[in-house]
Amino acid sequence: MQKPPENIIEIRGLWTVFGDFVVHRDLDLDVESGEIISIVGGSGSGKTTLLRQMIGLEQPTRGSVRIFGEPMENADHRQRLEARKRWGMLFQQGALFSALTVFENIALPLRELRTLPEDLISDLVMLKLDMVRLKPSDANKLPSDLSGGMIKRVALARALALEPELLFLDEPTAGLDPESCESFVLLIRALHRALGLTIVMVTHDLDTLFELTTRVAVLADQHVIANAPVKEVIALPHQFVKQFFLGERGQRAMEVLREYPFIV
Amino acid sequence: MPELTPPSLEIEDHDGIISIKAGGIWLVQTLAARGCINGLLSQLTTVSPKAVSPSAVPAREVHWDLSAITRMDHLGAQFFWNFWGKRRPQHLLLGAGEDALFDRLHHLGDVHLPQPAKSRLAFFYAFGKGMFRFLEHVLGFIRLIGQLSLDMIRLLQNPLQGPWREVSAHVFHAGAQALGITALVGFLIGVVLSYLSSQQLRLFGADIYIVNILGMSIIRELGPLLAAILVAGRSGSAITAQLGVMRVTEELDAMLVMGIPHGFRLILPRVLALAVAMPLIVVWTDMMALTGGMLSAMNTLGLSPGFFIDTLPQVVKLPNLWLGEAKGVVFGMLIALTACHFGLRIEPNTTSLGQGTTASVVASITIVIIADAIFAILFKGVGI
Ligand SMILES: Nc1ncnc2c1ncn2[C@@H]1O[C@H](COP(=O)(O)OP(=O)(O)O)[C@@H](O)[C@H]1O
Ligand SMILES: [Mg+2]
Repeated sequence: MQKPPENIIEIRGLWTVFGDFVVHRDLDLDVESGEIISIVGGSGSGKTTLLRQMIGLEQPTRGSVRIFGEPMENADHRQRLEARKRWGMLFQQGALFSALTVFENIALPLRELRTLPEDLISDLVMLKLDMVRLKPSDANKLPSDLSGGMIKRVALARALALEPELLFLDEPTAGLDPESCESFVLLIRALHRALGLTIVMVTHDLDTLFELTTRVAVLADQHVIANAPVKEVIALPHQFVKQFFLGERGQRAMEVLREYPFIV
Repeated sequence: MPELTPPSLEIEDHDGIISIKAGGIWLVQTLAARGCINGLLSQLTTVSPKAVSPSAVPAREVHWDLSAITRMDHLGAQFFWNFWGKRRPQHLLLGAGEDALFDRLHHLGDVHLPQPAKSRLAFFYAFGKGMFRFLEHVLGFIRLIGQLSLDMIRLLQNPLQGPWREVSAHVFHAGAQALGITALVGFLIGVVLSYLSSQQLRLFGADIYIVNILGMSIIRELGPLLAAILVAGRSGSAITAQLGVMRVTEELDAMLVMGIPHGFRLILPRVLALAVAMPLIVVWTDMMALTGGMLSAMNTLGLSPGFFIDTLPQVVKLPNLWLGEAKGVVFGMLIALTACHFGLRIEPNTTSLGQGTTASVVASITIVIIADAIFAILFKGVGI
């Protein structure tokens, strides 16, 4: 068995320019296998854009993005499709197919393979539902009948359907009430442990950040100014870092650090 | 992407003991290859169908060895698990990390997708439901008309507070922007109608009656109907989709919470706008269709445009024009009301949005044609 490359994602010299507005200038970023990395940055600093470039929904203006050691920019169509089966994405609003039931939503990526027998698909879907702590009776519901927290769980189950090694989360807890937020964070942590996933997420929520991440990549001044464990990032003498972590909001979230010092 | 070793099974038979050794990579990526799963299944069943079938009591001992599998995910585990009849076989050797996978499956137990019970009377239920739904549509439509009347009264009492900005925007979208398509369709229909009629009229030497035929049919019937069908397809669907998306994005609820009634701010301006725009579009369509007919008559019958224009007012009496205009107003209001009715009933999902928009256009065209028939009966003595 070949060892997976140390760096699951390698971004080198990435530029993103919209018109004459430079979003990313010569940006480098590495994501190691098995870690949970959070990308933080001010509003409009290009976090979502960066995430979309990693999963190939957008092309950078210049520079290279390698995932699993493969450069994405000169991959052909089939290679891209193959690679896409190895990662899952949780969209900010869930992006569930509103015309399909929960069961059909999760089964869709499996059915799209067109080679798996239906009974195996059904068993796998029920397993995924159980993994995200949903009841079998939720399987026949339509997305419009679900609460925000449940939508995120179903979307997570769908993202996990193809057993990805890499999971992208865009604002996983935005718009959830504190209780669902808390349980969703616990769920992601449990899944990370159980499945050995690598997780890349964008988040504004400091609680989530402190509880989950092994490393934080700070996006400011058009590139990654730091890519280190939370503790080291907090110590940085940068304007954005101070404002983001050490503001009143940050102070409150820091309590978590004192309670669970083992996280960082 | 490096090639992954496909999953493999090695089946041996030693003194009545079957040993099955699995190797390779058991991931979704490898198992989803065409024919892979069927190949594995047939390999398992052809060797010893009795011994490994979960239902029968195993006649012979089977030893499973999964320790040579390099990587396995839930799909691979589920494959074995289902084959084993959802329990661990007696003799099982697992590789590192595989225990957890099977533990998870064991822990989950035997859950199935709950199937809704199907009744033998399903057809009758569906029929009954359909009737009730139709009744509900009728009641909803009547309620909508009632609400519109109340809103009209409110507008008359306080005309300065009316939603005039919305009205003018909708007049522009439904009226001004529809001029191109109605002109094109009207012109072509005029040409075709004139061409076909003149062929027949020439047989009887009744060439000049082309003016009567075109004038009466277009001004009284075809102009309003054509305009209505085009507007229903164009603006009716747009109104339904607009309101439907507002439902999906909870904008409708937001309006109610702010104390902004749907009737006064969403429905009334659309109905008013179409009531104003439709008669104007009708005149425009009439003009274009008559121009097309006139040019075609000039071509096929040699009738001069001057003669056509002089004769038209003599053979088509003025009430016909008023009738066409009245139809325009009524059709416009009906189209807007139908579109709003369906738009407000859309549920927050994409299927409902699609179905609602289709139903809205079909219903509004049907309603317009029914209304046209009623007009024909009520005003059969007028203007002829
Ligand atoms: N398709 C686009 N065209 C032009 N500008 C864009 C486009 N996508 C994003 N931007 C701009 O790029 C910047 C970064 O956007 P985004 O990645 O969404 O920021 P973030 O997620 O960090 O808030 C924003 O200023 C946004 O206006
Ligand atoms: Mg964003």
